[in-house]
Amino acid sequence: MTENNLVKALAEHEFFADLSAESLTALASIAEVIEVEPHTMIFEEGGHADAAYAIVDGSVALEMNMAHRAHHIVQTLHRGEMLGWGWLFPPHRWAFSALVLDTTQLIRFDGEKMRSLWDEDREFGYEMMKRFAHVMTDRLAATRLQLVDFYADRY
Amino acid sequence: MQTVTNPAVIDQMTPVPFRVRSVREELSHTFTLELEPPNGAFEFLPGQFTMVYAFGIGEVPISISSSSSNQGTILQTIRRTGAVTHALGHLKSGDYVGIRGPYGVPWPMDEIKGRDLLIIGGGIGLAPLRPAIYHALENRDDYERVVVLYGTRTPNEILFEEELGKWGARTDCTTMVTVDAADRGWNGAVGVVTRLIGRVGFDAANTTALVCGPEIMMTVTAERLMEVHSMAPENIYITMERNMKCAIGVCGHCQFGAKFICTDGAVFPYPEVEELFDVKGV
Repeated sequence: MTENNLVKALAEHEFFADLSAESLTALASIAEVIEVEPHTMIFEEGGHADAAYAIVDGSVALEMNMAHRAHHIVQTLHRGEMLGWGWLFPPHRWAFSALVLDTTQLIRFDGEKMRSLWDEDREFGYEMMKRFAHVMTDRLAATRLQLVDFYADRY
Repeated sequence: MQTVTNPAVIDQMTPVPFRVRSVREELSHTFTLELEPPNGAFEFLPGQFTMVYAFGIGEVPISISSSSSNQGTILQTIRRTGAVTHALGHLKSGDYVGIRGPYGVPWPMDEIKGRDLLIIGGGIGLAPLRPAIYHALENRDDYERVVVLYGTRTPNEILFEEELGKWGARTDCTTMVTVDAADRGWNGAVGVVTRLIGRVGFDAANTTALVCGPEIMMTVTAERLMEVHSMAPENIYITMERNMKCAIGVCGHCQFGAKFICTDGAVFPYPEVEELFDVKGV
């Protein structure tokens, strides 16, 4: 995919909506588009977190290894969502494994280069951090609801 | 001690014996009774409920889960939670139950003609929604887009799984299912039902949402529809459940603020109950 097409793909992704052309170009310079077949493990729990992923199309399951249930799916992520933030903070380890469910197209960003990009342009970095924080709070809220046994009650 | 002497009230409080035609186990704690009315027909509207009497044990309010166009029998989907529902769960074909009703405000199927329908259910909350889904699909030209979103705890607890599959296979009905937790082998979505809302994409101004599930699920869903998707609260309908006893607005057992769930609901436009969701102990 050419850099122009990559910029276009980023502009169409929900997470990067309304970013400036300059920011999109900067992101495209550290990104690549990859297509992943079903049942492929994108990364594994405990492994070195070296990249961020934007899901362009398809579905990915986040799994946790549990002694009594070998592969417990905690959440699925779909088109328009971001996958992984282990690359953001030390010790840069994945908290979950990511298994592809359908043929999935991803934009992969090099984690170290992404951090450098944000450090070099703090305003841009702050904007991106806000967007990731929004994703994190959204997922935390959903997880809390799962913890309170959302559908139980008298149902 | 007061005695009720009004014949109209006595009439409404007297159960009519319905024959159990069949009992279907849906999930480990949930079953559906197929009931035959004594006169061969029972008229009701989607979203209405009946009081179901297990003779000698007691009465419980149960939503009707069948199509309102099929009046020859009615289906009532019940979760075993207490003495009455456990007794109902022991019934066999040929047994009898007492039925009063139908009661309650139905889903506003006539008022929302011409609009997109976003039907969101959680757990056994799909049962009161099923008549609305049947109605929309049987009168498909009356509605624009029909979307059914359903969330439950695990893949083993998907109510009406076969029908969800059939609705999903239709080209004129978008159906999505999510579960709270799953093991490998489940190829569907994992996460709460509100996470499905963003994936279907809809025109908020032309959409009416019908929501049924536990109160926390309905609250979070309504908030999500309003805050994230800019849906007007009056276009969101929910159905409430309380301890209904008389079902005719006399006893007050199901009082919810200034409302009686049995006669003012059980289906409410969200603005009518929104504030009460924030009041503890109501």
